[in-house]
Amino acid sequence: MTDTSLPLLDTIGSKAWDKRLKRRYAAERRFRFYGALAIAAAIGVLALLLVSIVSKGYTAFWQTEIALEITFDGEFIDPEGTGDPEVLALGDYQRLLRTAIRERFPEVTERRDRRKLSRLLSSGADTTLRDMVLADPGIIGSTQRIWVTASDDVDSFNKGKIDRNVPEADRRVSDQEIVWLDALQAEGAVRSSFNTIFFTRGDSREPEQAGIWGALVGSFLTLLVTLALSFPIGVLSAVYLEEFAPKNRWTDLIEVNINNLAAVPSVVFGLLGLAVFLGPVGRYVGLERSMPLVGGMVLALMTLPTIIIAARAAIKAVPPSIREAALGVGASKLQVMTHHVLPLAMPGILTGTIIGMAQALGETAPLLMIGMVAFIVDIPGWIDDSATVLPVQIFIWADSPERAFVERTSAAIMVLLGFLILMNALAVLLRKRFERRW
Amino acid sequence: MIKKFLAVAMVAGMATAAFAAPSAARDQIRIVGSSTVFPFSTAVAEQFGKTTKFKTPVVESTGSGGGMKLFCSGIGVEHPDITNASRRIKSSEFETCTKNGIKITEVKIGFDGIVLANAKSGPSLTLTKKQIFQALAKEVPVDGKMVANPYEKWSDIDPSLPDSKIEVLGPPPTSGTRDAFVELAMEGGAKGFESLAALRKSDKKAFKAAAHTIREDGAFIEAGENDNLIVQKLEANPNAIGIFGFSFLDQNGDKIKGATVDGAQPTFEKIAGGEYGVSRSLYFYVKQQHVGVVPGIAEYVSEFTSDKAWGEEGYLIDKGLIPLPDADRKTVADGARNLEPLSM
Repeated sequence: MTDTSLPLLDTIGSKAWDKRLKRRYAAERRFRFYGALAIAAAIGVLALLLVSIVSKGYTAFWQTEIALEITFDGEFIDPEGTGDPEVLALGDYQRLLRTAIRERFPEVTERRDRRKLSRLLSSGADTTLRDMVLADPGIIGSTQRIWVTASDDVDSFNKGKIDRNVPEADRRVSDQEIVWLDALQAEGAVRSSFNTIFFTRGDSREPEQAGIWGALVGSFLTLLVTLALSFPIGVLSAVYLEEFAPKNRWTDLIEVNINNLAAVPSVVFGLLGLAVFLGPVGRYVGLERSMPLVGGMVLALMTLPTIIIAARAAIKAVPPSIREAALGVGASKLQVMTHHVLPLAMPGILTGTIIGMAQALGETAPLLMIGMVAFIVDIPGWIDDSATVLPVQIFIWADSPERAFVERTSAAIMVLLGFLILMNALAVLLRKRFERRW
Repeated sequence: MIKKFLAVAMVAGMATAAFAAPSAARDQIRIVGSSTVFPFSTAVAEQFGKTTKFKTPVVESTGSGGGMKLFCSGIGVEHPDITNASRRIKSSEFETCTKNGIKITEVKIGFDGIVLANAKSGPSLTLTKKQIFQALAKEVPVDGKMVANPYEKWSDIDPSLPDSKIEVLGPPPTSGTRDAFVELAMEGGAKGFESLAALRKSDKKAFKAAAHTIREDGAFIEAGENDNLIVQKLEANPNAIGIFGFSFLDQNGDKIKGATVDGAQPTFEKIAGGEYGVSRSLYFYVKQQHVGVVPGIAEYVSEFTSDKAWGEEGYLIDKGLIPLPDADRKTVADGARNLEPLSM
């Protein structure tokens, strides 16, 4: 104690003692309060993010539809009556829709107005009819009441995102269109139904026809490649470095490099992928831009350090007594590894792998370099088809001028967040269930 | 069990890595290039995929410069077939293309207006290019001398302008929109000053440096490439002005209004008619050697140049494209369909 003012009488129960104790308690209370404040701030920001995304995006799960009496006129679908699916697929289904909506509003005769009338419906609504005919060519010639997708502007209007009280010139839906929509509404021919298109289709330039299924499949295929490459390589490297490699300057160097790689910005891996996988050698073996195979390989490079570090930590955490006991009863080093250490370390390794995969799921920067930031309509079938991934889809939609893409962007973010939560929950579950405490 | 698991994982890994059947042919068109042309190119690609038996082309948004680099790198299925550009091909890019033996066809598809807009609740703006230059240049001429931009409020430039702080949200230097804005609005404004006009004659480089440099004291805010975000920020701040493509004004007419520049309002008609001065041409370029090798290129070009796409009532117009005048459209379409080679 350098504090010379400290009197000898300052013992338990004295006034000064009391004061100091109070101050120490106060300091602890303040510290706790700061901690709670930090947590509250974090939760507040997270809540703000979620509320803003959900409040903007939840409407995207519903889609406005309009009911029309549609006559499947064979003349426009299959004039020669061949019944050949290829002919049926190229039929003029737009014509059927136009005819149907004109019949609903026979008083509209001017060409300009008729075009406007057709624009109430989605320009992709014809695919619904085509799919119906392809599924059952027998309906050609019949007339049916069918719910078809409305255009994005009508959809936004129906969801209240376009205000009918602003001047006509300033809104995307004209007075005339509102009159038509009100007439349809009055007879119950406008409804809001679950947006299946959003979950089953690929990208589209028409917001009401755009879906995330293509991007989801692309993400799945990409992660499949990433997992297939980075998991075995990562685990084998970790096992070798931890259990078999001699400790010398070389292994130290390798270790430093692995730790460094974990901190390298992801776009660098994209450039590497562009130079290596899409270089002359890559092209020779048939690798192309936009392939999930290439994307997966790039992301594997990115997740490798994460997996190696997690796996090494998990292997290190297995107590040496287990190894010694196994060696003691005559197991070989390989047997010690595969029978005891790896099974015990597996929950930790898998947790690290899942977190690495979740990171890879959210990446866009490295994929930009290898051509996965692209408009792709067709759903990819395998790892050598062109594909895009969920975060890229979000990026593309966020950048689109059409107003209706705003809610779809938020909805896609919700889906992505859902998958991330699912993956992280799996990691927690694995840890909780299989982790052993020593 | 773990042994088996590891073995299976390893085999799977090897199989993926070793998977490699050289694909000699490609049956899908690949398009790269400008993010401004992207919305139009993708709309055509989608329509093309839907109405023909060809696969839907893959369209990448790489930026005009990035697209040219990929496009001009060679002939063969591993290189893209078409590149989009929000400016004309540069002579250096054309040389690279020619050096690699590539013959190209140029297709001009229409115009894109660059608008300055603010929130509906803010004042209506009537600007001249000269005033835009004065508001945004790093150095402006005052009494014939170049000084660091002294203007803080719009009313400092001209008393008729609103008495509010100059606050402009615009695209970053990597954007094609920024290039075009600087070239059309800023350079146009700079020419209005005698001292700078004289400089232009004597030293072109110095003039460009003066006209193209945007102030960095906080009055011009780089708001990123996302124009939707700029629209949202404008709504929140009635004094701010945003710079973006016409299609965003078109889609958000209930929230924002465009500033009149040199007497012309940024409307569809005025941009199409050439009265609104801040507009640029959009292009795409076709690799002739790929036509007939990759199926569908000729058909894609005719879909793009068909009346139902880029005509006055075509679906591209709904997407915000400003069409070429009727006569130009016909000549360009003929040239494109006959694959006339570009020479520079």
